[in-house]
Amino acid sequence: MSTRRSGGRTVRSAGLAFLVGILVIGLLASPIPAQAPKPGGTLTYVVSAEPPSFDAHRETTFAMLHPIRPHYNLLVKFDMPNYPKVVGDLAENWTISQDGLTYTFRMRRGVQFHDGSPLTSRDVKASYDKIIFPKGDVVSVRQATYEMVEKIEAPNPTTVVFRLKWPSPSFLANLASPFNWIYKADILEKEPRWYERNVMGTGPFKFVEYVRGSHWAGVRNENYFVSGRPYLDGYRALFIRAVAAQVAAVRSGQALIEFRGFTPAQRDDIVKALGDKVVVQEGGWLCNLLVVFNVNRTPFSDARFRRALTLAIDRWGGSRALSQITLLGPVGGVMRPGSEFATPDSELVRLAGYGRDIGAARAEAKKLLTEARVPEGFEFTLKNRNIPMPYEPAGVFLIDQWRQIGLRVSHVVQETGPYLADLRGGNYEAGIDFSCDFMDEPDVQLHKFISADRSPANYGGYTDRVLDRLFTEQSRTRDPEKRLQLIRQFEKRVLDEKAYQIYVLWWHRIIPHWTKLRGWKMGPAHHLDPDLQDVWIAD
Amino acid sequence: MAASITITPRAQPRPRWLGWFIRRYPLGAVAGLAILTMGIAAASATWLAPYDPLAIDFLAMFSRPGPGHWLGTDAFGRDVLSRMIFGAQTALLVGFFASLAGATLGGVIGVVSAYFGSTGDLVIQRLADILISFPLIILAMAIVAILGTGTVNLIAAIALSFVPRAEIIVRASALGIRQTPYLEAARALGAGHWRIIFRHMVPNVVAPYLVILTAFLGQAILLEASLSFLGLGVAEPTPAWGLMLSGAAVDFVQRAPWMAIFPGLAISFMVLAFNMLGDALRDALDPKLRT
Repeated sequence: MSTRRSGGRTVRSAGLAFLVGILVIGLLASPIPAQAPKPGGTLTYVVSAEPPSFDAHRETTFAMLHPIRPHYNLLVKFDMPNYPKVVGDLAENWTISQDGLTYTFRMRRGVQFHDGSPLTSRDVKASYDKIIFPKGDVVSVRQATYEMVEKIEAPNPTTVVFRLKWPSPSFLANLASPFNWIYKADILEKEPRWYERNVMGTGPFKFVEYVRGSHWAGVRNENYFVSGRPYLDGYRALFIRAVAAQVAAVRSGQALIEFRGFTPAQRDDIVKALGDKVVVQEGGWLCNLLVVFNVNRTPFSDARFRRALTLAIDRWGGSRALSQITLLGPVGGVMRPGSEFATPDSELVRLAGYGRDIGAARAEAKKLLTEARVPEGFEFTLKNRNIPMPYEPAGVFLIDQWRQIGLRVSHVVQETGPYLADLRGGNYEAGIDFSCDFMDEPDVQLHKFISADRSPANYGGYTDRVLDRLFTEQSRTRDPEKRLQLIRQFEKRVLDEKAYQIYVLWWHRIIPHWTKLRGWKMGPAHHLDPDLQDVWIAD
Repeated sequence: MAASITITPRAQPRPRWLGWFIRRYPLGAVAGLAILTMGIAAASATWLAPYDPLAIDFLAMFSRPGPGHWLGTDAFGRDVLSRMIFGAQTALLVGFFASLAGATLGGVIGVVSAYFGSTGDLVIQRLADILISFPLIILAMAIVAILGTGTVNLIAAIALSFVPRAEIIVRASALGIRQTPYLEAARALGAGHWRIIFRHMVPNVVAPYLVILTAFLGQAILLEASLSFLGLGVAEPTPAWGLMLSGAAVDFVQRAPWMAIFPGLAISFMVLAFNMLGDALRDALDPKLRT
């Protein structure tokens, strides 16, 4: 016993001496602190789809943002390490009037476009005029988000003023949309759609080349307005569609990261192969899957039937299991779990389909089916996208859950184009829909649920003026407490009382990346990544 | 009063065919037995399968093969054996109807084309040449892309891709009998085109038809599995062997290899069995190959 203790002391002493030695050698050998950003190198990363066009004002997809975003700046942006804090990008600072109707932005000086011309407030006004007041055949998908804007002014080259029709608590965050790239006014004046097929911004990287089916490349902007940035010499976004090939690219070091997200199995695969060469960032994801019901079809027109369908789903059990095999995970209501306006679990369990006692919920569901005169074995179709992850497992899960209250469901899987056409055209009974946003903001997340004549994103076909009123009220309420109450009322009506659309689960974001990739912190939305300004590669 | 002549082939002593076939082609007989077993299993899946193939059991996710689940469970905790037994229904349903429809339609077109000849035959042959130049799976994928997914569309897609292949084989046999004396005789007696085709030509191409039918069965099962694997066949949660090989089976192949191994083996054995039976039938039915 004593011999063993003595031996242990010897081993501990030797170990301590070894560690101290390593530390001393390490300190002497490194000329700079270990965490100091190192300039140089080219970052390669995977993008799983190609951009439909190069114009962020008309697109909604990460496939356009991830390769092209590093060429541009925004007026203001989210400070990713401190999300959802908004900081200036091209704006140096700003003021908001007492009545909340005037936002005045002071621009940075010395900012140049990649062609060498200076950026002025005129460029910002022209870009936002294109987003908010598009003319002719110019498409702006976020036009409706800015319906509170009355006009934009550029009183001098360094000042931009937004005048609103009513105060909007979400306005500043809305300006930080990663899609609101600032374009050059002269170009927009001559050819408003020039940016759909061309690139020219003020961002940290200049455009080099786009080879369809292969890659998108950028090179460091030597005249970038942030001193010492970017750190990288350049970047190369590799377009790799097959998931297995994406994993292989990261595993082999051909790419250091994929900014959208991997499944738990893919994460494990990469971690197993790379060990401590890889680090995994995980967290909530501002994406979710929901089920939309066509209220113009019987019995989906009956709220009792829709409530029965949501009551049958064991979300808590499903979350525990599906989070092991899919991107799906957190149980949530209309706001992302963990975000500012999210309903805590203690209140969530009071909504239909969120209770912990699934047996009781299903008994109630069967009672509702009887009341709604829906026979045992009633059959309907569930339309779904042919994207395996996470749509397919969600479909399998839902069909199983509904079988348990005696319903028979056919799974109809379609290409995205026909699937969306069917949902938009009302050619469906129930469909798995999705929502992916760039920020936690009730105006953005609730927009999908207001009446179909006000929201093109509502495929349910219903009209509910109570929801519309609640939406408008919360959107214009500056008191956070009152706004929260309105959001809760909205949530209860959508998910419980009427069950127009119901959530399956929210997504869980998993990004395994090489340890040597530094200066990047994962946010809750894959749309917010990356501008690559602060990213660097360690040795 | 018109004279009536009935031409019948010379009566052959009927061999005890099944016994002869088993003795002469034991591998083919074993393959036939395997197919029969699968057919019985598929027909009695409701009674034979130990679990509901669609029932999710999250407490049993990734269970190893053992007493509770003989072939283990998948990522949703569904019993692999039960899904394989029910998957045999899908494989046989798609395989049988697709090959029957493809071989029959192709066979009829082949006989008609051979009988009438002329420009129509030329056009049909060039069309068949074009279609046959595409690999089977590419053709089936293209048709699925047009028709959409689902069991019925899958059957239609596979059947249509078989048509030109069946047409060419059957036409070749039909050409050989087009100028035979008994057809001339039927024609001389005033038999119409369709009577000659269906009464005299079709029965004489039954042997090659049966051979391609069995060959197509194996190919159809493989095609169904391939298309389902690619997400173009039947949709989850329908039990189908190809589907069982995709998705989570790929993602978790190291953690739960049984998810892929057993359906993979089932596909391999079934295709092998149909091919062996097809070869044996070809040899048995073709007089030129009999010694």
